[in-house]
Amino acid sequence: MRKAKALIFELSKPGRVSYSLPELDVPELELNELVPSEYLRQSAPEFPEVSEIDLMRHYTELSNRNHGVDSGFYPLGSCTMKYNPKINEDVARYPGFTGIHPYQDESTVQGALELMYHMQDYLAEITGMDAVTLQPAAGAHGEWTGLMLIRAYHESRGDKKRTKVIVPDSAHGTNPASATVAGFEIITVKSNADGNVDVNALREVVGEDTAALMLTNPNTLGLFEKDILEIAKVIHEAGGLVYYDGANANAILGIARPGDMGFDVVHLNLHKTFATPHGGGGPGSGPVGVKSILTPFLPKPMVGKKADKYYLDYDLPQSIGRVKSYYGNFGVIVKAFTYIRTMGPDGLRAVSENAVLNANYMFRRLQEYYDTPFQQHCKHEFVLSGVRQKRQGVRTLDIAKRLLDFGFHPPTIYFPLIVEECLMIEPTETENKETLDSFINVLIQIAKEAEEEPEKVINAPHTTVVGRLDEVTAARKPILKYTK
Amino acid sequence: MKFRYIPNTVEDQKEMLTAIGVDSVEELFADIPGAVRFKGELNIPKALSEHEITTYMTGLAKRNITINDYSNYLGAGVYQHLIPSVVNHVISRSEFYTAYTPYQPEISQGELQGIFEFQSLIAELTGMEAANSSMYDGATSLAEAAAMAAASTNRSKILVSKAVHPETRAVLKTYAKGQHLEVEEIEINNGQTDLELLKKSFTEDVATVIVQYPNFFGIVEDLAAVSELAHGNKSLFIVSANPMALPVLKAPGEYNADVVVGDNQPMGIPVSFGGPHVGFFAANSKLVRKMPGRIVGQTSDDEGTRGFVLTLQAREQHIRREKASSNICSNQALIALASAVYMNTMGKEGIVEVAKQNLQKAHYAFKVLTAIKGVEPLFTGPFFNEFAIKVGKPIKEINEQLLKANIIGGYDLSKDYPSLEGAMLIAVTEAKTKEQIDEFAARLEGLL
Repeated sequence: MRKAKALIFELSKPGRVSYSLPELDVPELELNELVPSEYLRQSAPEFPEVSEIDLMRHYTELSNRNHGVDSGFYPLGSCTMKYNPKINEDVARYPGFTGIHPYQDESTVQGALELMYHMQDYLAEITGMDAVTLQPAAGAHGEWTGLMLIRAYHESRGDKKRTKVIVPDSAHGTNPASATVAGFEIITVKSNADGNVDVNALREVVGEDTAALMLTNPNTLGLFEKDILEIAKVIHEAGGLVYYDGANANAILGIARPGDMGFDVVHLNLHKTFATPHGGGGPGSGPVGVKSILTPFLPKPMVGKKADKYYLDYDLPQSIGRVKSYYGNFGVIVKAFTYIRTMGPDGLRAVSENAVLNANYMFRRLQEYYDTPFQQHCKHEFVLSGVRQKRQGVRTLDIAKRLLDFGFHPPTIYFPLIVEECLMIEPTETENKETLDSFINVLIQIAKEAEEEPEKVINAPHTTVVGRLDEVTAARKPILKYTK
Repeated sequence: MKFRYIPNTVEDQKEMLTAIGVDSVEELFADIPGAVRFKGELNIPKALSEHEITTYMTGLAKRNITINDYSNYLGAGVYQHLIPSVVNHVISRSEFYTAYTPYQPEISQGELQGIFEFQSLIAELTGMEAANSSMYDGATSLAEAAAMAAASTNRSKILVSKAVHPETRAVLKTYAKGQHLEVEEIEINNGQTDLELLKKSFTEDVATVIVQYPNFFGIVEDLAAVSELAHGNKSLFIVSANPMALPVLKAPGEYNADVVVGDNQPMGIPVSFGGPHVGFFAANSKLVRKMPGRIVGQTSDDEGTRGFVLTLQAREQHIRREKASSNICSNQALIALASAVYMNTMGKEGIVEVAKQNLQKAHYAFKVLTAIKGVEPLFTGPFFNEFAIKVGKPIKEINEQLLKANIIGGYDLSKDYPSLEGAMLIAVTEAKTKEQIDEFAARLEGLL
């Protein structure tokens, strides 16, 4: 099964081409007549020389060495690897969307602006917020934007001592990192035995220096923070604001809204909840919604409407400024917009109901075979612990690698950090019961293997194009580019 | 109502509820306090069938005029280039686009190798020793480079030329505020960074000097001079480059740039109303371990099979949490892959040919436009595929008239530089024909 693959540079042969350009139709001048010769590059960049079929086969072979949602089940917790509808891909490629320049006159891009205007509204409605910016490019970018808004809010009130952001120990790693990049200090608050934020511990750390609390709800354990109203009250009474990390919003569409839970700022990941593809790591889109107290600080421009014309509104004197060039990852927004219009209010609610149903079904069927640190019903994802298997010498990493032999992408592992040997499973609503059952059966089989023939698990994967790779050497002596 | 993206049947749901031991899905939400339960129906439009949604979206798309329908001269950071058909074919392979970040290398070798090749191409093009796997866009890449420079020099002042893209400088300022960095802008002289002013701006707290190459006005900056000034002050030298210029212009690496950032949109990515594009980030070897973002490295398995992994992860947010110097997680991987396909398609010969065509056509356009009575070059420095002219009339009015002739005129420089009233920034790429350029000149002449 193991098989190396040549780099495209290794396929290169001088004289081969796969490009096609029109002949130059203007009088050709010597380059040094156009640009002084000391500015000119002396040798062409060493790009590969291949013909078109070689190029296509190269990438086809690479794609065959990659697993996507279309290849098979991808229950990566907190990543919401749902099906990416094909119609969204088609629509986002319409020339009327891909062929517009961001600096065209507003009168020539009314369709794009109308779409963005409606999108701002839909996302505000779904989250229960008053206004939404589409500018942030990804979830972490949205988090940082939201925190900069919170900073601007406190500063506008002359309240400059609010330097701390509280983050639960179960939070995504981006939360504390985003808060740091926004200039805050981090206070970590512990979870209680039920996997929820410990409200008493929270009370002890809030104060005059609290800028905000960042919370994911349902949290990364897949559990709804049922004390959310109390939590928001504690923060608000101390003068802080409450931030909603929307990474787990797939559990709450049409069920509960962050705006109604007391959150002041929320980001959404369109590449999770709203079915746009992850692209092997991006592009995403991380719109941010706010309550009216924060609206004046939103990044500019926003999309507005006057009479029946849509326009870019730069008249935001208190804005934090720009967080990205132009207007966000527009092409991603087109896909998510198409998804929302395809699903409608009933469909979005059905998304969350079925996502939660699927997760609970898997949870209950697996609880006999793996340790379950929390017993209550989960939301769209749940965590298992591999401590029982660890006693047989089989670690969670081994379980993950063994799953590869069955054509499954493993769950998120070793996260959240507060669960030992953690497996975090998010099936999403787009998987059928047969798929869930076959994954469950494989996990049960692996649990048995861990007891009866642990070597089989420890030495996995057995069927992939490469075995476990030497990450230590990769980091110690980095090879980050091709050299002849 | 049935939804084609949700396969559970009523029967499935019943079986699953039984296995869970509850009577209804509603019971699974019982832990959500009544006070925060959303009652009623979200106020968004009802679901549309596939035919209805494509009809509606086609209608929206048709209400936009595209740069392919009209003859377009807008650039200013986003450029119209010819895109080979294979680019879209490759990134439409769903094994690529429906995958997550490659956390499991054994089943993500395609993505990892594709990005390793992207890093290699960027390093080669910029003349740098390493590149990361992508950033959100050119502007955020530059802002992160500035933050990295501040962290690695332990200094807090950023000098940035006013000939750097206005939106990029705006993003830099927002990021700088978060990190308590001071941004000082260096004035321009004849469309280039004023080197005399720059010289006077150096203090011992200057972490970095940032210039754009070619700059926002299209002019090729004197990188050798800026590099010497920066390094003379032990400040890092950051260049924001247009990748399309680099096959013909000396690579920033040859001028000892410490970091080269930019947006790779010109390399095979549609303009798409400003995104998704793809930022790149390249650095010299001393800074490799301080780069933000995902980095792919080469390694091997126990049998010696070559493979690729995400590496140097100890820098990143998911490991370092609040100690991380950048919070980037998702990037623009698929767009990076697309631009790698473009670079590989053009190859060693084609990438130089396309860059030369840009240079030739832009200079032809410059010649015919500045031959018009009433049109003057705004500046005199060398340029690549973009240049500024003075027409002595408000550009907004000129562009309104051009639009009637199916021409999207150049960028109105007075929007960002009030003193440049009546000046237009014009981009001319390989996508323009001589006939179109002549027509543009004739129309413009008629308006003056």
